[in-house]
Amino acid sequence: MTERDHRPEPAAEDSDSWTEWDVPAERWLLSGYCRDQRERTVLLELAARIVFPTVIVFSLYLLFAGHDHPGGGFSGGLVAGQAFVLRHLAGGRLDDSSTLSMRPPVLIGVGLTIAVLTGFAPLLFGEVVLESDIYKFTLPVLGQIKLVTNLFLDIGVYLLLLGVVLDLLRTLGSGIEANAAAARREQS
Amino acid sequence: MLVLVLAHLLVAVALPFVAVRAMRLAFALAALPPAAALAWTLVHIGPVLRGREVVETLAWAPRIDLEIALRLDPLALAMTLLVSGVGALVLLYSRYYFGRDSPDGKRSAPLLLAFAGVMLGLVLADDLITLYVFWELTTICSFLLVGQAGISRESRRSALQALLVTTLGGLVMLLGFIVLGESAGTYRVSELVANPPRGAGVGVAAVLILVGAFTKSAQLPFHNWLPAAMVAPTPISAYLHAASMVKAGVFLVARLTPVFVGVTHWWVLTAVFGVTTMIVGGWRALHEYDLKKLLAYGTVSQLGFLMVLLGTGTRTAAVAGDSMLLAHGLFKAALFLVVGIVDHQAGTRDIRELSGLWKRLPWVAATATVAVVSMAGLPPAVGFLGKEAAFEAFLHGGLGSTVIEAGLLLGSVFTVAYSARLLWGAFADKPRQTTTEAIAAGAGLVLPAAVPAVAGIVLGVAYPITDDLSSAYADTYGTGADPYHLALWHGLNLPLLFSAIALAGGVALHAARERVTNLRARLPKPFTAQRAYERIMALLERTAVGVTGRIQVGSLPTYLGIILITVLVVPGSVLLTRASLPDAVPVWHRLLQIPLAVVILIAIAGVVRARRRLTAVVLVGVIGYGIGGLFIVDGGPDLALAQFLVETLTMVAFVFVLRRLPARFVQSEPAPGLRVPKVVIAVAGGVFMAVAALLFSSARQAPPTASRYYIAHAEEGAGATNVVNAIIVDFRALDTVGEIAVLAVAATGVASLVLATRYQRRRRRGPGRSGSAAKPTDRTTADDHDSRREEARE
Repeated sequence: MTERDHRPEPAAEDSDSWTEWDVPAERWLLSGYCRDQRERTVLLELAARIVFPTVIVFSLYLLFAGHDHPGGGFSGGLVAGQAFVLRHLAGGRLDDSSTLSMRPPVLIGVGLTIAVLTGFAPLLFGEVVLESDIYKFTLPVLGQIKLVTNLFLDIGVYLLLLGVVLDLLRTLGSGIEANAAAARREQS
Repeated sequence: MLVLVLAHLLVAVALPFVAVRAMRLAFALAALPPAAALAWTLVHIGPVLRGREVVETLAWAPRIDLEIALRLDPLALAMTLLVSGVGALVLLYSRYYFGRDSPDGKRSAPLLLAFAGVMLGLVLADDLITLYVFWELTTICSFLLVGQAGISRESRRSALQALLVTTLGGLVMLLGFIVLGESAGTYRVSELVANPPRGAGVGVAAVLILVGAFTKSAQLPFHNWLPAAMVAPTPISAYLHAASMVKAGVFLVARLTPVFVGVTHWWVLTAVFGVTTMIVGGWRALHEYDLKKLLAYGTVSQLGFLMVLLGTGTRTAAVAGDSMLLAHGLFKAALFLVVGIVDHQAGTRDIRELSGLWKRLPWVAATATVAVVSMAGLPPAVGFLGKEAAFEAFLHGGLGSTVIEAGLLLGSVFTVAYSARLLWGAFADKPRQTTTEAIAAGAGLVLPAAVPAVAGIVLGVAYPITDDLSSAYADTYGTGADPYHLALWHGLNLPLLFSAIALAGGVALHAARERVTNLRARLPKPFTAQRAYERIMALLERTAVGVTGRIQVGSLPTYLGIILITVLVVPGSVLLTRASLPDAVPVWHRLLQIPLAVVILIAIAGVVRARRRLTAVVLVGVIGYGIGGLFIVDGGPDLALAQFLVETLTMVAFVFVLRRLPARFVQSEPAPGLRVPKVVIAVAGGVFMAVAALLFSSARQAPPTASRYYIAHAEEGAGATNVVNAIIVDFRALDTVGEIAVLAVAATGVASLVLATRYQRRRRRGPGRSGSAAKPTDRTTADDHDSRREEARE
């Protein structure tokens, strides 16, 4: 599905069509939803569209690079979360849940579960809780890979942080927006 | 043994799936694990009585010396027979007791089985901590089984009372266990018995453990939860609140009496509370009209009796206690099941409504009679053996023994009287009353009741077997020159005379029941334990409401002020008195720090002067970024990254919230006098933080050893050359897990708060008026207490 499918009906040929000719018709966000035309900024939408994947990749880099360079699950998760913040700012309250079908509390739970299970996993191998192990192996193209088991703890932290930020968007962002909308409706 | 316990629990987990489809099958399946446990125990009777005890240990947390230790010794043997035997029978009985589609049945089948499992674990436990874990698990099972669906208020509050009272005792007991275990250096019961510890701590532990035992076994003044718990379906009352769970306290006393033989107040306390409980429970049972309540007070009374016998610490008393333990389990289970049948077939268990039931339910009446023979302590039942031994145990002794003997005699008179009342009340023809209609009971209901009743007689007739069982436990106290042996006939002696007195007195008391009831009505009403419990609970609720109302005022400035003042008073005062400022503080390390500091200072000045909220938020963000810049300058890229990210996120969150707040700070201060204290607190807080940061950072003279260790071991230990990351995910990984857990909880809390306001608005718009549901909790508890008071007055 492309954003072209969501193109609104061509403006009717009425009296004030000349004021609408420059209203943006393209939708730059994946969800296909955009803010009210008055609140909309195409620049931000476009920027979000272009930057979002890059930021996610960067967050993954931070996650995996954390062992030897600045970064780690905490920073990675926050960066990924901020990619979604950008989308939220551009696309409004319906945008955050559209691409990621996982609800934020579930994401938080999954992250915590992964972290805790990583902690307990060494018990199965007769070691103490939270012990970590290092595996080194060579892959054909990538060369030597060093896998440290505590990376999974970092992945848990990453997912949890992402979930926390998404939850923030859901409640403080969309939640408050919906509250305000409901309050306006009630008053009118 | 561990396998048996686990089998109970595993089957219990699977049982709900069966119970949904076929409930009778579920109960039949549920009876299998207890039956297996019973068979296993029967096989081991011979070896155990010959001194070959079965021991199993499983070290599950060796680093902190925690292990599950199970041991089948003579005392555990008696209890296991009771727990598993009665358990299997009760589960078979429940098959016919609960209706085919009864939701209570579906809920009870797995819970009863789980209870049987943890109770088995409790009686087999040889380790104090293991015992405590199983102990609390039985409490939880009891709570769920008494509360059932929680639809009726009575079942809710009874379940809660049972839970609160027994958990309170359990916690005190845990304290006692720890004191005992630490002063002895071991938590293994068998080692404690072999080498009883000495010292002041042991005396304290004795009292603490007794509190646990008294609450669990419903001793005065904690006894009221037991009659209240009778709202549970009868099979549950029969199993938990007669045959097994309430025995846990008595069992614990029996287990630990050999340890506390040297502690005087152990046996004094058990004797005083036991005798009092026996008499008061018996007296209350004489006036109950509800057959189940009558039995419940009878149970309280018998538990007091057992407490005296098993706490004394002499061989004869132990023989009496062990045999009475068996006897009581058998006859009380049988009688509860009988009352359940009466209730089930006649539709009532009120003495005033039942009449001539023996014609309708002859087999049930016969079963009840057989069980009552044991309860009243008549030959040839095992209850008679136990009672004779009990009278013998306190015959030769000082004044204390004589007083106890008199108390036991009075208690036995009451026991005979309420036994007669039970039999008469349930089955006898009563004048001026038509015969109650009842449906004939099937064998599936009568047989489970008849088996324990008959077993009580069999154990009495085959008294050498009972004697072997009881003596094996009692020999812990030394056999002495002329050990007492259970027998039906000891010749004409004082215990026999006492038994005769008890019988005659009890029958006379029953004959004069109307006069006795009138007498009780004329007596002044004492302050009941139930009233005390209600008062305490009400006081607790009022205190909680008061404290919450005063602390949670709902004003953010107040909260902030309280936090700051606490910081200033507690660590601040220490800082003022103890610390001294370092001599030479370097103003800067690097030149870049100066412009950053200037930016931060300007932003701070801006925040203070800001009139618009958005301006203030942005400026706070600038401060945060400035601090992040300082981190970079000082060589902490990880820290700086996190700081930048968190700062950004905070600003976003702020902006989200600001949409719902006025654009400007409003000056709606009611009292301008508050402005000065606010400024003072804020400035003092800031100064404190600055000084503290300066002092703490200059307090370190040498590079810390921990950091050196981390840096040296980051590569090989955690596989990371970034030492910050190594610390986070490896060296201090537990902290990380804890912190992310806190984060998860906080995010969920914030989410629910924000979403709750939305929910409220929906509710307000809905048809239901919110006024009627304004204070549901307050009203419910008030009602609870009122109706409870009514009941106490009855």
